Amino acid sequence: MVAHPDLQTQFDLRVAEDQRIEPKDWMPEPYRRTLVRQISQHAHSEIVGMLPEGNWITRAPSLRRKAVLLAKVQDEAGHGLYLYSAAETLGTSREQMIDDLHSGKAKYSSIFNYPTLSWADMGVIGWLVDGAAIMNQVPLCRTSYGPYARAMVRICKEESFHQRQGYEIMMTLAKGSEAQRAMAQDALNRWWWPVLMMFGPKDDESPNTALSMQWKIKRFTNDELRQKFVDATVPQAEYLGLNIPDPDLKWNETRGHYDFGPINWDEFWEVVKGNGPCNRQRLEARRKAHEEGAWVREAAAAYANKRKAKSEK
Amino acid sequence: MFEANPYPEEVNAALSDFLLRMADTSLVLGHRLSEWCGHGPILEQDIAMSNLALDLIGQARNWYQLAAVQLGQGQSEDDLAYLRDAGQYRNVLLVELPNGDFGQTVLRQFFFDAYHYHYLKALTESGDENVANIAIKSLKEATYHLKWSSEWVIRLGDGTEESHRRMENALRELWEFTGELTTPNETDQLLTIMGLTPDLNLIRPLWEQQVQVVLAEATLEIPNRAWMQKGGKNGVHTEHLGFLLAEMQFLQRAYPNCEW
Ligand SMILES: [Fe+2]
Ligand SMILES: [Fe+2]
Ligand SMILES: [Fe+2]
Repeated sequence: MVAHPDLQTQFDLRVAEDQRIEPKDWMPEPYRRTLVRQISQHAHSEIVGMLPEGNWITRAPSLRRKAVLLAKVQDEAGHGLYLYSAAETLGTSREQMIDDLHSGKAKYSSIFNYPTLSWADMGVIGWLVDGAAIMNQVPLCRTSYGPYARAMVRICKEESFHQRQGYEIMMTLAKGSEAQRAMAQDALNRWWWPVLMMFGPKDDESPNTALSMQWKIKRFTNDELRQKFVDATVPQAEYLGLNIPDPDLKWNETRGHYDFGPINWDEFWEVVKGNGPCNRQRLEARRKAHEEGAWVREAAAAYANKRKAKSEK
Repeated sequence: MFEANPYPEEVNAALSDFLLRMADTSLVLGHRLSEWCGHGPILEQDIAMSNLALDLIGQARNWYQLAAVQLGQGQSEDDLAYLRDAGQYRNVLLVELPNGDFGQTVLRQFFFDAYHYHYLKALTESGDENVANIAIKSLKEATYHLKWSSEWVIRLGDGTEESHRRMENALRELWEFTGELTTPNETDQLLTIMGLTPDLNLIRPLWEQQVQVVLAEATLEIPNRAWMQKGGKNGVHTEHLGFLLAEMQFLQRAYPNCEW
């Protein structure tokens, strides 16, 4: 499909002027495709991301923690819902996107392929995983596609709430017994590197970045965001009295940033390919929920049809 | 926070027993519903079940806090929830039953909501203002819960052949656990005489009426089996509760005396 030159020019101008693109506006096909891929991937991440934390709802150590964790995981479901709706405005149905997730065609954030092994993981996930998500997502509140930007505004508000709650769990553990501190440190050890990988491959290996930046879908590169995250997180870890598991981590006066050690990109690509510790289990859990829910969805549809037929009589 | 109302020892013991029952029942059901989180049949209903669970856990916290105050032994809501074993739990049996499929969860919820709604409504008139206040707050939520579960019972009962068959199965599984909801024990009898809780014998016809109307619309038949299980209110439970508590209480038991 060849773009009408005027339409393409109009589109480029609007993006350049930081105006929002809306669902009814003309847009280039690759822009639409990129958005559907990115938004649906984000939606899937919210939904799959419910599983690792969902693990601990029934084991939360106090009634308050139980309620807060459940509300948090429920928020993630809500985020998935807004994002599927935003992606649907681009002409792809939720059903289709979910099928793509279940067939393995669509991706979701690799971080959720790591297991949650202790209660402290609930703290670290809120603090670091939601924290990294915020770093990634705050710029998306100004992304060029209107429905996506608006969804992100709502989501980011809740994510920062999650981050505070996670940090509060860490504070409690850090101030707690020897065993609790060890639990907190162990969780940080296991999650630190996977969290740094959440920002995606290095800039020179990130094929989609340039175009996404030009379209103002993305506004910072992966490495920029990763650095920002490290800089923000190091003092927080120090405040907790926990050690970040990186011997190369140190403040660089000239750069005005923290230097950090090399990321194990082989691990990253293995997890992306499906070889993380929980890839199979996560997808399996989603597929199972979907398949076991089929009769419910069919019944709801059948009942709605009966009602409609009755009211038309 | 609550301030304890003074009662004669025997009445206070019954009141505490009742408060624990209200708390345990809401907590156990909320816990069961929370097991669905991330695994629901439809994203919207996944969210709805978490809402119910959150309401119920919130109600449980209120009841535990009041129970702790009336017990007067310096326990916290968490001590009561996490450090009592199955034999000390006072929830009705219905709510501890496993979720089963979505139909069974929905029907369990409906049976409970139909009782809970009418009971809380009457409980707003309790002679104890703390109890009345918690009932008033909880009633708003229970009203919504009853609407949600009634609609789903009807939808699934009158949906497809498969959903109808599944609801019939759920009815067979659950029916014998419904009697306990509206059967008074010694605690209820004493508290009703004292004007602190409604007479369950007056709640039963309201529950039956509600159930008849909804099941009829769902094209489901009420089983004609008369036998009803009971025991939860007196601490004699099904085999399921021990496992539920083992999971729920694990951290508090494995790491005693910690702040979380
Ligand atoms: Fe989220
Ligand atoms: Fe997110
Ligand atoms: Fe979050």
